[in-house]
Amino acid sequence: MGNSAHARAEGPVDFIAEQNSEEFKSLRKSHRNFVFPVAIGFLVWYFAYVLLAAYAHDFMSIKVWGNINVGLIFGMLQFVSTFGITTWYVMYANRKLDPQAAAIRQRLEKQIDSDAKSKEEV
Amino acid sequence: MSLSSALLNVAPLAKSLSEQTKENSWINILIFIGFVAVTMIVVFRASRNNKTAADYYAAGRSFSGGQNGTAIAGDYLSAASFLGITGAIAVNGYDGFLYSIGFLVAWLVALLLVAELLRNTGKFTMADVLSFRLKQRPIRIAAATTTLVVCFFYLLAQMAGAGGLVSLLLGLDNTNKAGQNIVIAVVGVLMIVYVLIGGMKGTTWVQIIKAFLLIIGAAIMTIIVLAMHGFNLSTLMDAAVQTSINEGGVGEALLNPGAQYGKAPLDFVSLALALVLGTAALPHVLMRFYTVPTAKEARKSVVWAIWLIGAFYVFTLVLGYGAGALIGKEAILAAPGGVNAAAPLLAFVVGGPLLLGFISAVAFATILAVVAGLTITAAASFAHDIYSNVIVKGEPKPEMEVKVARRTVIVIGLVAIGGGILANGQNIAFLVALAFAIAASANLPTIVYSLFWKKFTTQGALWSMYGGLAAAILLIAFSPVVSGNPKAMIPGADFSWFPLANPGIVSIPLAFFLGWLGTVLDKNTEDPRIQAEMEVRSLTGIGAEKAADH
Repeated sequence: MGNSAHARAEGPVDFIAEQNSEEFKSLRKSHRNFVFPVAIGFLVWYFAYVLLAAYAHDFMSIKVWGNINVGLIFGMLQFVSTFGITTWYVMYANRKLDPQAAAIRQRLEKQIDSDAKSKEEV
Repeated sequence: MSLSSALLNVAPLAKSLSEQTKENSWINILIFIGFVAVTMIVVFRASRNNKTAADYYAAGRSFSGGQNGTAIAGDYLSAASFLGITGAIAVNGYDGFLYSIGFLVAWLVALLLVAELLRNTGKFTMADVLSFRLKQRPIRIAAATTTLVVCFFYLLAQMAGAGGLVSLLLGLDNTNKAGQNIVIAVVGVLMIVYVLIGGMKGTTWVQIIKAFLLIIGAAIMTIIVLAMHGFNLSTLMDAAVQTSINEGGVGEALLNPGAQYGKAPLDFVSLALALVLGTAALPHVLMRFYTVPTAKEARKSVVWAIWLIGAFYVFTLVLGYGAGALIGKEAILAAPGGVNAAAPLLAFVVGGPLLLGFISAVAFATILAVVAGLTITAAASFAHDIYSNVIVKGEPKPEMEVKVARRTVIVIGLVAIGGGILANGQNIAFLVALAFAIAASANLPTIVYSLFWKKFTTQGALWSMYGGLAAAILLIAFSPVVSGNPKAMIPGADFSWFPLANPGIVSIPLAFFLGWLGTVLDKNTEDPRIQAEMEVRSLTGIGAEKAADH
């Protein structure tokens, strides 16, 4: 089928070899080892909160300080954990993911450029 | 001023509140006209560089992460968020707060799993990503279908909200349907003009300006409300409980979960699932990630959006209890616009006619900005996915695609006006929750599978998208919201057999299951080279669409 996305697979880069390279596997591992556990973690924490709010009214209504009850504290902790995970991911991505991705991208871009040049010379 | 004297002063005021807001409706209109004038100038200036499809759909990919994040907040903090959540907290207390938590936590799905990978592999639409390594035509048709359906429900919610809002802000009677319909038409026409002329760049600026005004306005109100209660949340909640007791309401129960969902906890779990998984599958949210130059800027966009949206939802908690304390459930429900009137009425009580005018104009601007974002998404999907890649099979004449997109904008604008008039008076928050449920069912499984599951096939994607879409819509049609009780859309009939108001808890797992089943039963496999290319591109950004030079 003639479409641009499929045509790109014919370019100078062997993406299957690239996908199997140690460099790329390491990047993929760094990415997935972070995002999968953290995603499962925050979803479990969110649904624990939802189930408590839906079924454990007495527990959520326990007053801790003035009118501030367990439900409100848990709700505010959802905000705190969301902000926290956001900051954590950004730090991790800047430190671990971006340098690896940039190294692979620059190498492949060089490969594409030199391929284009050699075609011009022919 | 002691608490009890504050209540004594406010209680008689509340009775004539809607009368008083009527007298000052010219201020609302004036401020709104000011907003339209300023944004029109910005849109005209932004329109100078709208030549190519990348300019028109993706603003030349030239926005920074901070700008795009603010625009995302402007797009996301719709009338349902601002008016709906404030009202829900004022009337139902804690249960209203639950909405905002789902809406916020959902952004982590976008941040961790979707935003950057999508920016690296797509061009303009969600279908670009989904069809990358699967069969183009069937996938694009399916993805465009789900995009148009989700946009339609979301659009309907915004337009339906406009009618109710107008009654309150312009001092029209709740029964004055003709007046409301004229305003719905005005909103629709303004939106068409913005999107036709400004494209994505104009739409983005409207959303940025609106987000700024909305967050500033909400922050000012929050500070005033807190100052009136000694900057103590517990004191504020106490005042809300007192007001509730004085008018014979639920009192203490306002602070505890259960006022709204106490009798239907499973309904709430279903809603929570749709909210948390829906955001990262909303087409108009996904399209915003193409307006930045790199995946790193897409990440920054989400970070900005999370902080702005999170801060805003903390404000709505204060505003909701503030409206409960200073106005009271009965006065809110009696006002034109009902629950949605809580925020504007609170603005009047704490800041007089000028703050009411400001907040009202911002609420209008909200509807306008969100509707514009939805329209350009739907138009891009039709022109880019259906017209360019299916009808003319990937070889559109230059500039034809943008022309088709512009025509589609007009059609969608007219449909939105018509649908808004028909849906006038329907519950906004409910319609938006449906759009989230449909997006989470029809789009999210396919997005996740195609980004992370190597073996995923075209058949799996089609089963998941059409299956999720059909399940969500059928379950809504047979739910108690459509028929079977006096509050339903069709109160006279009863063909409801599905017990929940939100289909998410059934339709979302079903769509994930269908995607898996369709794939393992598929006799065909996809080209491993393209899968490899997509995976390498998604994580490294090699070959990603670059920003346009101007």
